[in-house]
Amino acid sequence: MTLRTSTRRRTRLAAVALGVTALMLGATACSSGGGAAAGSATLWGLTGTDEDTVLGPSLKEWNGANADGQVAATYFQNDAYKTKIRTAVGAGSAPTIIYSWAGGTLNSYVDAGKVADITAETADAKGKFLESVWNQGVVDDKVYAVPMNATTPIMFYYNKDVLDAAGVDVPTTFDEIVDAIPKLKAAGVAPFSLAGASKWPSLMWEEYLVDRVAGPEAFNKVMAGEADAWSDPGIIEANTKIQDLVKAGAFVDGFASVTADSNADVALLYTGKAAMMLQGAWVMTTFKQQAAEFAEKGLGYTTFPAVEGGKGDPSNIVGNPSGYFSISSAASKEQQASAVKYLTDGVFDDGYIDRMVEAGQVPPITGIDDQIAKAGGDFGTTVYDLSKNAKNFQMSWDQALPPAQATALLTNLDQLFNLQITPQEFSDNMNKTIGQ
Amino acid sequence: MSATRQLNGARRAGATTNRRTGPSGWMVAPALGFFLVFAIIPLVVALYLSFTRWDAITDPAWVGLDNWASVLVDPITIDALVLTIKVIVISWIVQTPISLLLGTWTAGKQRNRAVLSAIFFLPLLLSSAAIAIAFKAILDPNFGLSASLGIPFLKQDWLGNQQLVLFVVIFIIAWQFVPFHTLLFQGGVRQIPASLYEAAEIDGAGTIKQFFNITLPQLRYTLVTSSTLMIIGSLTYFDVIFVLTGGVPSAGTRILPILMYVTGFSASQFGQASVMAIILAAIGLVIALLLTKLSGFAKMDSQQEGL
Repeated sequence: MTLRTSTRRRTRLAAVALGVTALMLGATACSSGGGAAAGSATLWGLTGTDEDTVLGPSLKEWNGANADGQVAATYFQNDAYKTKIRTAVGAGSAPTIIYSWAGGTLNSYVDAGKVADITAETADAKGKFLESVWNQGVVDDKVYAVPMNATTPIMFYYNKDVLDAAGVDVPTTFDEIVDAIPKLKAAGVAPFSLAGASKWPSLMWEEYLVDRVAGPEAFNKVMAGEADAWSDPGIIEANTKIQDLVKAGAFVDGFASVTADSNADVALLYTGKAAMMLQGAWVMTTFKQQAAEFAEKGLGYTTFPAVEGGKGDPSNIVGNPSGYFSISSAASKEQQASAVKYLTDGVFDDGYIDRMVEAGQVPPITGIDDQIAKAGGDFGTTVYDLSKNAKNFQMSWDQALPPAQATALLTNLDQLFNLQITPQEFSDNMNKTIGQ
Repeated sequence: MSATRQLNGARRAGATTNRRTGPSGWMVAPALGFFLVFAIIPLVVALYLSFTRWDAITDPAWVGLDNWASVLVDPITIDALVLTIKVIVISWIVQTPISLLLGTWTAGKQRNRAVLSAIFFLPLLLSSAAIAIAFKAILDPNFGLSASLGIPFLKQDWLGNQQLVLFVVIFIIAWQFVPFHTLLFQGGVRQIPASLYEAAEIDGAGTIKQFFNITLPQLRYTLVTSSTLMIIGSLTYFDVIFVLTGGVPSAGTRILPILMYVTGFSASQFGQASVMAIILAAIGLVIALLLTKLSGFAKMDSQQEGL
C-alpha cells in the first residue's frame, strides 16, 4: 500500500518535471519566426534614430493607411542585430524585410539565395535615388536591396580657432597636412584627433589615402578577390604615408587609447586639444549636443585633401552610403508583396524625407537641394553636395568586405597604426585573407 | 529508469538511505534536462561544426579535419593559448593573496571592518560591461584620471601599448573579482572554531604563526574552491576585454575565448571557432579534474576531525 502510493506520487512528480521541462523547451523552440498575420510583412530595424525618427513614424503612418499590407517592426540594438540577423537568415527564420549595410553581407545573402531579386519591382523607384548610393544594393546587375536611411560620408572636421591661432590654413593637399604638423605641435595642440582604440576610425584614413593615391581601382581589385591585391603599390604608399604621419606625431598622444563610443575623439576637437579630425557625418549630432556653440561657430568641415600626383579624384568620398532593405526569399508570396509595396511607396515618401531632413539627416535622394539648405543648413548642404557630386562613393571597407577579411583588416590596421608591422607586412598579412 | 540506477548507485556507495524515504531520482530530471539542452547538446553541435565550414548563412559543409589542422598550427591560436595561460597564472598570483588577506581581515567582527568590507564588495555589484566602460573613461589619456588628478605618470597609452594592456586587463579583472573571493575566504575563516585559536594562544603562537598554522590549513578547501573558480573564470574571461578593446582585440589581449568569439561572430568562421570552443572546454575540464584530484577535494575529508 505505502509502496504503491509512493510509486504513484513519484510518477506524478516525474510527469510534472517532464511537463515543466517540455514547456521550457517549447518556449525556446518557437521564439523565432515572424508570427504575424498571413499577409503582413515583418521588419527588423535598429533602435535609436532609425526607430525614433525614420521607421517608427513612417510605419505608423503606413499601417494606418494600408490595412491589407501591414508591416510589423521589431527593433534591436546595433551589435545585437548584427549577430542575430545572420543566424536568422541562415536558419530561414528571417523577417520579411531584412536590414543590412549592403556590401559583403548582402553578397553572402545573394550567394546563398536568401534574398529576393527585386529589380523589376523597384525599376520605377530607382530614379529618385543618388546613383552611387542606389548601386550598392545591386549585385550582378540585379537589385537586391534598396536604400532606407541617411547617407553619411566621412568628413574632414577642423577647429577654426585652433587653426587660426597656429597660423595654419585648412589643408587641401596631403603636403599641406605634413607642413601643418610641426606648426600645430609647436602651438601645443595635437594636429589630429583619432579614436584609435575603436579601430574603425583608423580605417577612415586608410580608405581615403588609398583612394587619393591609387584611385578606387586598388580596392576594387581586393573586392574582386584578385591574388595579391593588397600588394598594390598604391596601398603600400598610402600605408607608408600613414606611418609617416604617426611618426611625425600627427595623431594625438595615446591615440590608441582614445575611444569613439565615449566621444573622446569629438571632445578633443571641441575642447581645442586637437585641430582636425576625420570622422563620419553622424558625429555632427554629438557636436550639437555636447558643444552647441562650437558646432555653430567654431567647427569647420570639408572633404579629405588631395594627394599630389595621386590617381584618385578628389571628389571621391568614402563612408556609409546608406542602410538597405532587402526582402527575404523565405517569406510567403503575400508577405513579399506587402514588403515590396512598403519599400517602393512607403520608404522615402514625402513625409519620410521631410522627417529625416528636419532631424538634420541627409537622405540619398535627388533634387532636394532647397529642402536641405533650408532645414539642414550649411552642414547638410555640404554633405549632400559631396554625396551628389562624388565620382565614386566607396562604402566603408569593413562593411564591403566579407566578414573574415574585414576582421583581419581591423586587426592589421591597428598594428599598422601602432607601428608594430610595416606596410609590406600589412599587405602580406591581408593577401592571405583573400578568398576566405 | 534513472531512478533505480541512482538508488543502486547510492547503495553501492555505502549510503544508508532507505529506499522509500529517499528523494525520487526523478527530481534531477529538470536539472538534467537543462544540462542536456544547454550544455551537452551545444557541445555536440560544436563538435560537429568543428568538422565543417560554416558561415551561418549557407548550410555547413563537411571539411573533415581541415579546421583542426589550420587552427592548431596557426601562430595566432598558439599566441592566444599562451596569453590565456599567462592571464590565468598572473590573475591567480595577484588575486589569491589579496583576497586571502582581505577575507581573513574582514572576518573580524570589529565595526570599522564591517563598514570597510561593505565598501570592498561594491565592484561585485557592477556589471562587467559597466566596469569596462568606466575604465575606458578612466584610462583615457586626455580626459581620464591623469588629467583630472594632474598626475602626468598616469598618462600612458594604457590600451594601445601591447605590454601594458595585459596588466591593465589583469588589474581590472582583479578589481572586479577580488571582492567575490574575499567573500569566500571571509566565510571560510568564520567557520574555523575559535577553540583552535585559543589553544594556539595558550601555546604562545603569535598572530602570524596562527595565520600560517591554523587559518591557512583550515582554508584549504576554500582555497581549492576559490582557485577553481578563478582559473576557470580566467580561462573563459571575455566581457571586460571585449568592451575595452572595442570588439577588435589587439595581439596583447587576444586570449582564446576572445579569439573564439571574433573568429565565430565577427569573421563568421564558425568551424574554426568551434575548434577553439572544444579546445577551451577540454582544457577547462582537465584543469577542474586536476584541481579536485590533486587537492583531495573529492574525498571531502573534514578538517575538523577530533574537535
